[in-house]
Amino acid sequence: MDTAFIIETLVKIVVVLLVFSALAGFGTYFERKVLAFMQRRLGPMHVGPYGLLQIAADGIKLFTKEDIVPAGVVGPIFKIAPVITAATAFMAAAAIPFLPEFTIFGYTVHPIIADVNIGILYILGVMAIGLYGPLLGGMASNNKWSLISAARGAAIFISYEVVTGLSLLVPLMIVGSLSLLDFNEYQAANGWMAFAHPMGFVSFILFWIAAFAETGRTPFHLVANDHEIIDGFGTEYSGMRWGLFFIGEYANMFFISFVMAIIFLGGYGDGTVMGALGLLLKVAFFFFFFLWTRAAWPDVRPDQLMWLCWKVLMPLAVVNVVITGIVMMF
Amino acid sequence: MEAIAFYLFAFLTIVMFTYTVMSNQALYALSSMAAGMIMISAFFFMLNADFLGVVQIIVYTGAVMALYAFGMMFFDTTREVKENNSPKIVVLTLSALAAVLVVAIVSMPLMAEHITAAFPEPAGVVNPKAVGIVLFTKYLVPFEVAAVMLLVAMIAGIVLAGKKMDRSLTQMKDEEIAMMKQQDAERKVTL
Repeated sequence: MDTAFIIETLVKIVVVLLVFSALAGFGTYFERKVLAFMQRRLGPMHVGPYGLLQIAADGIKLFTKEDIVPAGVVGPIFKIAPVITAATAFMAAAAIPFLPEFTIFGYTVHPIIADVNIGILYILGVMAIGLYGPLLGGMASNNKWSLISAARGAAIFISYEVVTGLSLLVPLMIVGSLSLLDFNEYQAANGWMAFAHPMGFVSFILFWIAAFAETGRTPFHLVANDHEIIDGFGTEYSGMRWGLFFIGEYANMFFISFVMAIIFLGGYGDGTVMGALGLLLKVAFFFFFFLWTRAAWPDVRPDQLMWLCWKVLMPLAVVNVVITGIVMMF
Repeated sequence: MEAIAFYLFAFLTIVMFTYTVMSNQALYALSSMAAGMIMISAFFFMLNADFLGVVQIIVYTGAVMALYAFGMMFFDTTREVKENNSPKIVVLTLSALAAVLVVAIVSMPLMAEHITAAFPEPAGVVNPKAVGIVLFTKYLVPFEVAAVMLLVAMIAGIVLAGKKMDRSLTQMKDEEIAMMKQQDAERKVTL
């Protein structure tokens, strides 16, 4: 391992961490603005022009708030739970190619931290661990709302994970590789996965629905449904610990948007500047869609989510896999 | 580099699982077990078995998640559990025997030289493909039998848990639920 490689990797890790922590902050601003416009309000307006400095104000508030660990909680687990959510979200980013490779000052940069040959499985596995954050936080909080939230987290996990896995099988079978770079190359040559094959389109929709459960966004925002269980697992948290949950959630939204854009919508295509811009646009669309659904749809009940995942989406996904197999055989 | 990683993860794994066994706090035990399971995957990655490493992570996050759910049902996870510890001498003897057995099994390929891999890694094939080739040729029958076993377990689980599965409490009216409760009370279930 040469020094240049180590330095390059370290720089990439720092850049990804900084960019996406900042984006998580901006994500909250976008969310408030988008929700406000959809409800004919203005959203944050007072801090800075168009309320842009609201992010800084929120950041200062979160960082300087007193860090309260209530009596009766299981201390170490309570403290480590937010870290799990945030850390796993960023760990998953290691196998995502954020941009096509480019040359700067005569040095070719690959904007992917580790091109492991099992990329997509790694991303899903690590993102799945991220659900331990709400679960452990809820169980350690010694609060009944938090405990209900943790139970719901476990229920969501066992429901959506099956759909995610099965819906991903179809593009995996078509491309024949687990690396996101191979997905991109295949689609650059054969057209976007979601539109080149009908089975690809079905699995795209299934994965998209499961992504809402994976990131815990409305309509599957059951772990922290304000009007039923206060803030769920976050009820007992304050200050930066609560902020870490937040950063993890928003970083996860960005990363899952990248994954969807790369697997199903062609990624960065041929690797030109237009392709890179296209990837960012697709990610922006997916992120906007997360906010859009939050403004437009109510939350479902936990049993409705399980009904949807096990009785509708999973059979669909299985049939989809079988049809893909038959088509590929003949 | 590899040696450092190996000893680090070996140490961490042993610490985690020791904690799982020793702790009498359900939440600590479960969390340290989850951490231990994830750390085991590091050994797969060090052996270049990327696929198995990730499968280890995915399978055990789900499996331990189910254990958490049990923990939630049976204990107040924020309190300590009172355990009935068996005599220490028995525990010590058994764990020593188990350790010796594991060492003997694992060190066998080192001692006996005529043991070779029956299915050496095919050249020029990426890791998931290699696993697939072995799984669907040599180990096809065990693979299918395992699948049938899982199916049997699943059906048994459905049969055991699936009383009244055709009814959904959330979709029933209050009077219907009251009537159902009354019928159940009248039936006088004897087990």
